[in-house]
Order: sequence, then structure tokens, then C-alpha cells
Amino acid sequence: MVDGVRKAFRRPHHQTHTLKERALHPLRRIGHDEFLAVDDVSFSVEEGEFFGIVGRNGSGKSTLLKMLAGIYGHDAGDIWLRGRLSTFIELGVGFNPDLGARDNVMLNAIMLGLTPSMARSRYDAVIDFAELREFEEVKLKNYSSGMHVRLAFSVMIQVDADVLLIDEVLAVGDAAFQQKCFDQFNRLRDEGRTMILVTHDMGAVKRFCDRAMLMERGRTIELGEPERVGAHYLDVNFSGDRAASVAQIGAGADDLSRQGDGRARIERMWVEDDQGEPRMLIQRGDTVVVRFEISFAEDMAEPSVGLVVEDDHHRPVFAGNSIWVARPVGNFKAGDLVEATVSFENVLASGRYTVTPYVASRGSADLEFADRRKDFGSFVSAGPNDTGAITVLDHDVVVRTVGTDSSPNLRTGATS
Amino acid sequence: MSTETTDVPERVETPEVKDAVERIKAAGGQRIPGPGAFVGTVRRMANLTWTLGFLEFRLKFFGAVLGYLWQLVRPAMFFGVYYVLFTEIVPVSRDVKYFAPLLLFGIMMYQFFGDATGGAVRAVPAAEGLVRKIHFPRIVIPVSVVLTALLNLAVNLVAVLVFIALSQVPLRWSWLEFFPVLAMLTVFVLGLSLLLSALFVRFRDIAPIWEVVSLALFYGTPILYPIDTIDSRGLQQVVMCNPLAVMQQQMRHSIFDPSADSAVQAIGGWTMMLIPLGMTVGTFVLGLWVYSRIAPHVAEEL
Repeated sequence: MVDGVRKAFRRPHHQTHTLKERALHPLRRIGHDEFLAVDDVSFSVEEGEFFGIVGRNGSGKSTLLKMLAGIYGHDAGDIWLRGRLSTFIELGVGFNPDLGARDNVMLNAIMLGLTPSMARSRYDAVIDFAELREFEEVKLKNYSSGMHVRLAFSVMIQVDADVLLIDEVLAVGDAAFQQKCFDQFNRLRDEGRTMILVTHDMGAVKRFCDRAMLMERGRTIELGEPERVGAHYLDVNFSGDRAASVAQIGAGADDLSRQGDGRARIERMWVEDDQGEPRMLIQRGDTVVVRFEISFAEDMAEPSVGLVVEDDHHRPVFAGNSIWVARPVGNFKAGDLVEATVSFENVLASGRYTVTPYVASRGSADLEFADRRKDFGSFVSAGPNDTGAITVLDHDVVVRTVGTDSSPNLRTGATS
Repeated sequence: MSTETTDVPERVETPEVKDAVERIKAAGGQRIPGPGAFVGTVRRMANLTWTLGFLEFRLKFFGAVLGYLWQLVRPAMFFGVYYVLFTEIVPVSRDVKYFAPLLLFGIMMYQFFGDATGGAVRAVPAAEGLVRKIHFPRIVIPVSVVLTALLNLAVNLVAVLVFIALSQVPLRWSWLEFFPVLAMLTVFVLGLSLLLSALFVRFRDIAPIWEVVSLALFYGTPILYPIDTIDSRGLQQVVMCNPLAVMQQQMRHSIFDPSADSAVQAIGGWTMMLIPLGMTVGTFVLGLWVYSRIAPHVAEEL
């Protein structure tokens, strides 16, 4: 249970790290900024709950975890805890590189609160779980980073803590080890342990966590269902890009990604939801509305207006065009300013998509572009149950029994 | 998707919060106090200190082939140089009874002092991996350094004992006086180690400063020369205020030569003796205080 925790780091303007400096400038005040790494965060985690903390880099989640672990003090608020903690912070616990696995395991187990005799009896389990039996005698400095993490993780889960604090364990290790971590997470959950997981991996949060919390600039901005927190996280993650793309559009400079003879110009583009609200993030199943403004420099009759949507691997996933929908768009004179709207249903997998709008005239063979702005804007699709495919479409699977395979001969072609 | 939840309302002690705290308390939960010099039980602190101290000792001792021999080579070489220097070239110690084992004893005691305080200076940054990742009583760090130095001393004293036996120093009950004096010296060394390791976190030039100071302390201790080499009685008394000098002088009296002045006689009576005793206690208390002040912040300041 965490209530109103706040942590300020003082960032000195310049560090006074020596007595000499103190002696030479005894009267100089050391100026410093206050930096609120964690600002008034409150939440409570029930016993046996799996709680995720997500946020961008620098959002204060690791600092919060360190305060929970008792490594950093807090400036305000209260933290209450029942039971013993085990921590896995910043890629493993502190190992002594000159000692072998056995001594390091003992040291860390005792550090985490076991008695020496308990630590000795756990040693075999730890080394077996880490699959490092054959490297038992090797000094830690000769271990690979993956071996380090494996050892640290196995120490952590073997100390029988009631509450486990885990920071970014999934960022390292190969697929097999990650799978092992997941299996352990499941086991610990079944045993009713409480777990607080700090991660960037929304997949893991959605898969394991009962609840999650999203932090941004030291504050809680979302707390609750992992699905909702995950969607909000994507939104926060890409909101910086929105500001950037607006700036880019405002600049209006000719850039290399622009193609066309200039008979018309696409000046502004934005993405909205079906309520007309500008959005960066569109939930899957909702309608994506792309609007852009075209100003004509010359007369154009029945131009072709359309766009191409590409995923982050630059694969076109959707293309739309006024010709294909067979709707006359009209004739325009030089100086006309028009707004084009393209709307389509979002069936796209979670991720970021770029939009390339264009205005063209129908040429003899192909489109003759008046203006085509490659990757002019983007939006983010988010939704539950990603399948790994590019699109997520409504579908139906029916399995029904059509007969009973009673005779083994059936398979060889015999008819019943 | 909406972002209007960004504004967190001001914190108020709601009944739900109180209720939750009460429930945790009732279930035997505790408030997390944050890091400190003394968190957790004494037993855990003792376990940790022993584990850390002993591992470090074993690393030094068995870390290299001939570990024990290497540990003896350095003091033995110093011993050789000093012995020739102060009995032949500057013969101030020629008439000191059993000077050879006394000198070796002095070098070993000073080595203990230097190992402990010198190691403690950089102990906190050296344990950074632990400090930044695990919650444990921070006092364990400097104390384990002193423990390692004590274990080293125990091994070194075996060599001194061999040397004493070879020199045929007669066995006396008064040899046992070594232990209370060692206890006093250890308290002094502990205090210094706490103080130095805490100060180093804030002031990185403590390390070179301490190297010079401890070298001065070596020459300011009557190890290479007998105390009565100093002409001025007042200066003799000043020299004797150093707890290391008390150890050296007292052991010269109790182990090697009962006719030499005891520490109390050399400093000029029991009243004067309160100065080194007071320094010992004072350093210890100061060290504890400074260390416990700095301990909660070390993880952030490294």
C-alpha cells in the first residue's frame, strides 16, 4: 500500500565533490533545482495481486520501485508493506566479479533476508534453475551477461519473498529464458505471491497483470485494467510525435518526400475519430477519419484525391482514392481551398501507421501527381487481442462434429 | 481515450487509506522507512557483516596462489628495511630489547589500522552494486571492512608469534593485556572507518588526504623508535595520545620488556590516559553519527 509518495531529487547546478572546493569557496551557496521524480503517487496492491507499472523512460517508475524496495528514501507520504520483499532491480543484484557462483548466491540470498543456513539449503535449487551447474566454479567476471541475469533472477525467486519487485527483467535474456520467467510468474501467481512488475512490455502487462498503473512525469495518469492502461500508454508514447508532426506541417517547407508538379498543394492534414475530435490514437473497430486541405494553384477538373496508409515496415496496408469510390469530386479553379476527408474502419494491428495523401490528375497511363506528400502524418492503432497479423478482422470459427470415426478403416478410404 | 485524469487531486488522509493501513498493521505489516544505517534486526546485520567480511578475507587469502605468503611479503620487506635502518644506520633502536619481534608486531598492528581505514574510505562506492539494488543496513559496509582487517590481523599475528617464539621472549600472563587494548584500538578504527567512508561519499578528496594522514600517524607512533628517543616530555605525551601508540607502548611493556614504561606511565598517569580513551569513544560516536546521517542518501549520491 503506497500513499501519496513523493520523491524529489536535488539536482545541484554543479557538484561540490571535494573538500578543496569547499575550502576555496566556503561562502558559495550550492544552487540546485528540485526535480520531482515521483510526485504524489498513491496506490495499493492487494495480497496475491499482480501489479504492473508502465511508463516511458524517465517517468519515475524505477524510482518508485526503488522507494518500495527501501533503496531510496521518500520525501513525503507513507509506504506500508506486509511480508518480506525480494527485489530484482536494474539487471540483477550486485554480484562480486571475483567470486564464484556459490559465494555470490549466498551473499545475495543473505542480503535479501535469508539466514545463512537457509541460503545454503536453497543453493542447489538456485543453481539448477539458472542452469549454471557446470559454471559453478567459474568467477562471475567470466560470466556472460545472460548468465548473470539468469543467476540473479533465480536467486530472487528462490528466497521465498511474499512480495516481489521486478524491474525490466524481460528486457534481457533469450526467448527460452523469457519463457522460463513467464512460467515462474504464473507459478508465483498461483502460489498467491504479490508481484509488482515494472516494464515497457505491454504484452507482459496484459498477459499477467491484474491491474496496472501508467506513470508520466512522476504522476499516475491511469490506474486500472491492463487493457485500458496499455492503450493509454501507447497514446502517451506517441503524443510527442503528434507535436512534432504538427510542427512539420506548419513549416510547409518543400521536402524530399514531396512529389508533384505543384498544380495543387496539400497544406494540412490531421486524423480524427468519428466524433470529429483530433486523435493520435484510434481504437481498433473505430473509424479513422483523415482530413487534409488542398489549395489549387491551377484549375483542375475532376482531380483524383486519395491516400495510402503504410505500417512501420513501409508496407502499404490500405489505399483509398476518389476514383475507386466512384464519386465525382468536382472542378476547381486556381485559388480554391478545399478539404478532403477519407474515412475507413480501423482493422489494423496495434502500432503506428503513416499516411501519404495525394492529389493527382488522371494521366494517359498513370496518375500525374499535383502533390503527393509521403508519410505526411501518422496515427496509432490500438486494441486488445493482437493476433500478430497485419489486420484484425471480425471472424468466426466453427467446429462441429460431422460424424463419428468409429471404424479405423475409414481413414484408408473405406466408405461407411 | 481521454487524458483528463492527468490531474491528481491533493492528497487527503481518506478513511480508506487509514483503513488500509490499519489492515496492513493488523496483519503484521510495517511501514517502509527507507534506507538507513541500521535497518532490520541485529542478527541480520551480524550475518551480513560476517558474510561480506569473510568473503572479502577469503578472496584476499585464497584469491592468489601463495595468498598467505603474499600477504606476509610486504610487511616482511618493510620489516627488513626498517630493521637495518634503525639499528645500523640511524641506531635509535639498537638497545631496545627484542626489537626485531617488537618491530614486526608494530608493523602488523599498523597494517591492521591501514587496511581497515584505507579500505573503508572507498568501501561505499566499491559496494555500489549492492547499495543501489538491495535494501540492507548500510552500516554493514564499513564494519565488514574492519572485520576483514581483523581477520587479516589474526593471520599476521601467527607470524609474529612464531617470530616471538624464535626470539625466545619469555611467556608471561601479562601477554593477555593485548586483548583489551586490541578492543580499544578496534573501537577507534571502527569509528574512523565509519567517519571516512561516510565523508568520502560527499568529498572525494578524502582518499588522498587520508593516505597522507595515516602515513604521518605511522611515523608518529613509536614503532620504529622507542618513545624515549623524543627529547621533549611534552611531545612524548602528545605522541602517546594516539591509540596506536598506546597499543605499541603497552605491548612493549607487557610482552617484550617489563622494564619499559607502560602506556599509562609514558603518557603521564591515568588522568592523561583519558585523552586517548576519550578520543576512541569520541571518534566512534562521531563516526556512527555521521554515518547514520549520510546512510539514507548514499544510493542517490553515488
